[in-house]
Amino acid sequence: MSSIQSEIRNFVADNFLFGEDPESLLNDDSFLETGIIDSTGVLELVAFIEDKYSVEVDDDELVPENLDSIDRLINFIESKLKELK
Amino acid sequence: MCGIAGIIQSDRQPVKQAELQRMIDTLNHRGPDASGVSTSGPVGFAHSRLSIVDLAGGLQPMQSADGMLTVTFNGEIFNHIELRAQLISKGYRFQTHSDTEVILYMYAEYGPECVQQFNGQWAFAIHDQRQQQVFLSRDRMGIRPLVYTQTHGRFIFASEVKALFTLPDVERKVDLTALNELFTFWSPLPPRTFFEGVLELPPAHSMIVKNGQTKIWQYWNVDYSPNEENRSLDDWADELRALLINATQLRLRADVPVGAYLSGGLDSSVTAAIIRNYTNAPLNTFSVNFTDKEYDESHYQQEMIRELGTDHQTVCCSYEDIGRIFPQVIQHTEKPVLRTAPAPMYLLSRLVRDNQFKVVMTGEGADEVLGGYDLFKETKIRRFWSRQPESKIRPLLLKRLYPYMKNLQAQSPAYLKAFFKIRQDEINSPFFSHLPRWDLTSKLKSFFSNDVKQQLVSHDPLAEFSGQLPARFSQWPSFCQAQYLETVNLMPGYILSSQGDRMAMGNSVEGRFPFLDHRVVEFAARIPVRFKMNGLNEKYLLKYAMRDLIPESIRERPKQPYRAPEAHCFIDTHRKKARFEYVNQLLSPDKLKENGLFNPAAVQSLVKKIEQGRAIGTRDNMALVGILSTQIVVEQMIHKNPIAAGNNDPEMAAILA
Repeated sequence: MSSIQSEIRNFVADNFLFGEDPESLLNDDSFLETGIIDSTGVLELVAFIEDKYSVEVDDDELVPENLDSIDRLINFIESKLKELK
Repeated sequence: MCGIAGIIQSDRQPVKQAELQRMIDTLNHRGPDASGVSTSGPVGFAHSRLSIVDLAGGLQPMQSADGMLTVTFNGEIFNHIELRAQLISKGYRFQTHSDTEVILYMYAEYGPECVQQFNGQWAFAIHDQRQQQVFLSRDRMGIRPLVYTQTHGRFIFASEVKALFTLPDVERKVDLTALNELFTFWSPLPPRTFFEGVLELPPAHSMIVKNGQTKIWQYWNVDYSPNEENRSLDDWADELRALLINATQLRLRADVPVGAYLSGGLDSSVTAAIIRNYTNAPLNTFSVNFTDKEYDESHYQQEMIRELGTDHQTVCCSYEDIGRIFPQVIQHTEKPVLRTAPAPMYLLSRLVRDNQFKVVMTGEGADEVLGGYDLFKETKIRRFWSRQPESKIRPLLLKRLYPYMKNLQAQSPAYLKAFFKIRQDEINSPFFSHLPRWDLTSKLKSFFSNDVKQQLVSHDPLAEFSGQLPARFSQWPSFCQAQYLETVNLMPGYILSSQGDRMAMGNSVEGRFPFLDHRVVEFAARIPVRFKMNGLNEKYLLKYAMRDLIPESIRERPKQPYRAPEAHCFIDTHRKKARFEYVNQLLSPDKLKENGLFNPAAVQSLVKKIEQGRAIGTRDNMALVGILSTQIVVEQMIHKNPIAAGNNDPEMAAILA
């Protein structure tokens, strides 16, 4: 498991899953469709990404295409990190 | 207003006075002025009295002159003067000036159907010796509480569950189905209560207990068909205004002074303004403020105070105040709550009592009856949007809906659309209006223990609720369906009980609600939807009808629902720890495991998240309040352990020492 993947998984498990088994969440499961994230959750996710990876998320990047599953988050974070280099 | 209790032995054994006394002693807060017990063979009643009408003559339980009828009564029959005149013309003679005696003779004359003529808020029981039966009834909207249980050989009733629990044959056990319903709808569906085997008489229902059998029936229901479309706005407004003035005047009938709550919102401003302009009663008003300005409405309160020139008192609530009083609050609600909002209401009623008032008028019910809640707007917007599901503009209306929700305001259109996405199966659901709220609340069930989840796996709360809907429901306009659900579910189950009767009576204060006069409710059900909500302008007819009494700034202000701070009241994010020892104790893995309802590891991660102050939203807040209050109910009512809100703060402890 990549380190970004495990970091995201841990964050999601600690902050959104609570009583549910973290293993049950697949990397391509939609956060919205599984209902594990609410409107505050999106903001929590963004704050986590910005703090953890020292990137800035623009307003127009706040879309489910970037943030709505573990896989999408990994892709998004990796592309943001590339921008920085 | 009062507390009532009673025992009916179906095995014909005589009722023990001592048992009645024990029951009524637990209801002293509901009626501290006097108490009485009376038995007649296998039937015994008890009463604790808060004297409001006929201070000298209204003692209870009260008997008819021939001794054949006995009543124990909690509440008010506001039209007792008119009913008394009606009875006198039929030859009845009265010993007192109380409404209690009017109930006795109304029953003598009309039997159980007498309640159809009552305008009021009541829970009472009448022992009819001729018929050898007991007749029980509860008011139309569910303002006054009445719970009961049946054990081997007897039927037992009371205003509150704690009175039932004084008897050795009443079992103390959580009803898991009720827990499931509460974590969906915010309260169990009547007749269920939070406790297995303990039921409530639902609002607008009466009951006869005879020969160990019970018969229950509904004597009233609200009907939204047909909405009358052919009257003018002015015509509707004139009638609404006249009705509200009369409903308020009737509710000022008391032999003690009546105060009024003033929240800064439209509804309590209307009741206060009617008292000022249409009665001779002195106007004393009371309100809650918050140290956290996000919740505070004192600016608007001040404006109404200036406008009306009232004698005003305020109680200011901090996080600490709410957290400290919370165990006491839950002792009165007798069921878990998902919001802390009852706590400030408890502090407010204490302020009222400390100022020597026993009765307050409030604006409760206006949102349900006249169409004020954001939920109704949300429903309207979602219906509008569902006609053009691909529209990019329509979901943006939702942002306008919740100006006070910062988290929602920060959302991009794409996410907004995703959050409020309407599924095809929702569009035809009778619960279209309430599914977003119930879905959100149901998320909290992920905290249930595996054992509880297992036991509830085949229980579907929504299916149970569908079974309770009246046949006419499907013919009502969507807006009225939402109103109905709110009026029969959240209002009696939470607003009027956990946040209403229980918080006021906890401090021996009686609430009165002009908007819940049944004539207002029946009238409002006929108002065309476009006059209730004009575009997205809520309670349009009420604002229009009262436009000369209420300043424009109050009429035009953005609506803010009454809310109170939540997780912060229990957990100090600066110090990253619980503010009170009881919070630590009740959320500890040991205690959670012992009670068996919640998953300790899940609760630990929630607490950790809150301690670290990471942006927490509605769901996390509701989860913490719901879990903590459930633990308090179990601790206090099942295990009989009192909870002291001991403070964790060493500095505070030093000051208190």
